[in-house]
Amino acid sequence: MEETLFLEAGEGKLFTDPHPDRAREFFRKKSRAMVDKTMSVSEAVRRFVNDGDYLAVGGFGTNRIPTALLHEVLRQGKRNLGLSGHTATHDFQILAAGGAIDRVDVAYVVGLEARGLSKAARRLFEEAKVEVCEWTNGALAWRYKAAVMGIPYIPARVMLGTDTFWKSAAKTVTCPYTGLKLVALPALYPDVAFIHVHRSDIYGNAQIDGISVADFDLARAAKRVILTTEEIVPTDYIRDDPTRTVITHYCVDAVCHVPYGSYPGNMPYLYFSDEEHLKEWLAVDGNPETLKPFLDKYIYGTKDFAEYLELCGGEAKMETLRRKELLE
Amino acid sequence: MSGLGKKYNAMELMICLAARFLEDGKTVVVGTGAPCAAAMLAQKTHAPNLTMLFEAGGVAPLLPTMPISVGDSRTFYKAVMASSMIDIMDACQRGIVDYCFLGGAQIDMYGNINSTVIGDFEKPRVRLPGSGGANDLASLTWRTMVITPHDKRRFVPRVDFITSPGYLTGKGAREAAGLPPGTGPYKIITNLCVLGFDEETCRMKVESLHAGVTKEDVVAATGFELLWPEEVPISGEPTDEELEILRNEVDPMKYIIGREAV
Repeated sequence: MEETLFLEAGEGKLFTDPHPDRAREFFRKKSRAMVDKTMSVSEAVRRFVNDGDYLAVGGFGTNRIPTALLHEVLRQGKRNLGLSGHTATHDFQILAAGGAIDRVDVAYVVGLEARGLSKAARRLFEEAKVEVCEWTNGALAWRYKAAVMGIPYIPARVMLGTDTFWKSAAKTVTCPYTGLKLVALPALYPDVAFIHVHRSDIYGNAQIDGISVADFDLARAAKRVILTTEEIVPTDYIRDDPTRTVITHYCVDAVCHVPYGSYPGNMPYLYFSDEEHLKEWLAVDGNPETLKPFLDKYIYGTKDFAEYLELCGGEAKMETLRRKELLE
Repeated sequence: MSGLGKKYNAMELMICLAARFLEDGKTVVVGTGAPCAAAMLAQKTHAPNLTMLFEAGGVAPLLPTMPISVGDSRTFYKAVMASSMIDIMDACQRGIVDYCFLGGAQIDMYGNINSTVIGDFEKPRVRLPGSGGANDLASLTWRTMVITPHDKRRFVPRVDFITSPGYLTGKGAREAAGLPPGTGPYKIITNLCVLGFDEETCRMKVESLHAGVTKEDVVAATGFELLWPEEVPISGEPTDEELEILRNEVDPMKYIIGREAV
């Protein structure tokens, strides 16, 4: 290969190709057309998720997460997915429970923040069933940014000196201007991204209310993007207030209408997380014997997200969570 | 520490002490739990112009209740901006963020923190969440603070994995690794004492013992040799005002202060 220009290299494996020209070739062919992309969740997963793909999930673990798509990945038995573990909490828990992933870029996984750790998710690591590469939340966010910019890496000043670096696939470089030692974070172009939004038109022009977390960049970095949306709105509605648009149609491949789609996660300004249901998940996933009937009941035994929601309490439950979100 | 005969518990004490280290007019990235309570208490006492940031993008919220997640909607309730993670991390890297609070399963004498694995990395005895934003914050913010229970399981001679950098192997090591100069661990607040770091060696040094705690208690709960000042002061106790605000305004549901800290 080329002359070695880096100083140090982590021993982790790079799961995705950071080369911007190969990404450009992909994006050159990607449709930019404003055409109707609405479809069912099952069709979107069938058409745009392949076994072995590298997946990235929007939102923040239990906040504004695309639950319907994650469940559908399990129902369709997708296998050998890679995952960007950028604060992956309940989303990771679902994918881990379904045995859908075999490699993970870890920034934050296994835990559900203050709620505790998922034993099912831990088992994947403790039984060495997944390939692991360590990063940080900032590093993964910047890796998306490098992809968004169409450059092979972005320099940063994190991970240096730590085991997080040595177990990553990052390298260090010398800055040509200042002589500083920097970490070179490789561009991360996921094969497919799942993002839940507040509203989208039928083309995928979408708005998010509240924090966007990493989704502005994720939607642009990913080769394919599936949106689930609380509402489908006319394009004129988007055009009336384009300042709020976070994702543009030419990034998006599928738009799925999924009201309450972040449940049991929080959806800012609409409904709070269902802490009881999340607690039940954590309790049952400690043991494969209790996890299996739980998954059978809620995921494999339901035909879609609407059925799952109904099992969890339906509109009445959502009204309670709406009041909690609005502090009523 | 039993807390018997005291008008506050260990968690309340740690929160009050942490709050006092947060200066007015500064910026702090907080997580859920005790750090959030400390920042709220500081705002309601001596530091009304302390700007609170959450790593998922919340900027200066008026927290209505304790958040459950650092990305839930409380973290940007009536905020000045609902931003993004990269905006918060960029701010840290630019040098405009003063403090962060971190936690972890293990910490060593240089303040290096492990939140990744217990045991072997390839096949860990316990897999923990990983860095999340912790490594970023520990690398980039000016002053890293830790609120933690104090025991030998946590205060270890060698962490199994350095997730987030303290002073690494000692003075100059952060800079040699490429981390921005002038950053690093600042205070470790435990249920037994307040710890700082010796300027020459960058090793953990006791700054004050909490009322009723002896040097022997701290030694027994620490897996490495600490540095000690000649005279060890007693940590300040929470004032009535602090306790009242903490209990009635910051955490009325006792989500945090109701926990048995240790």
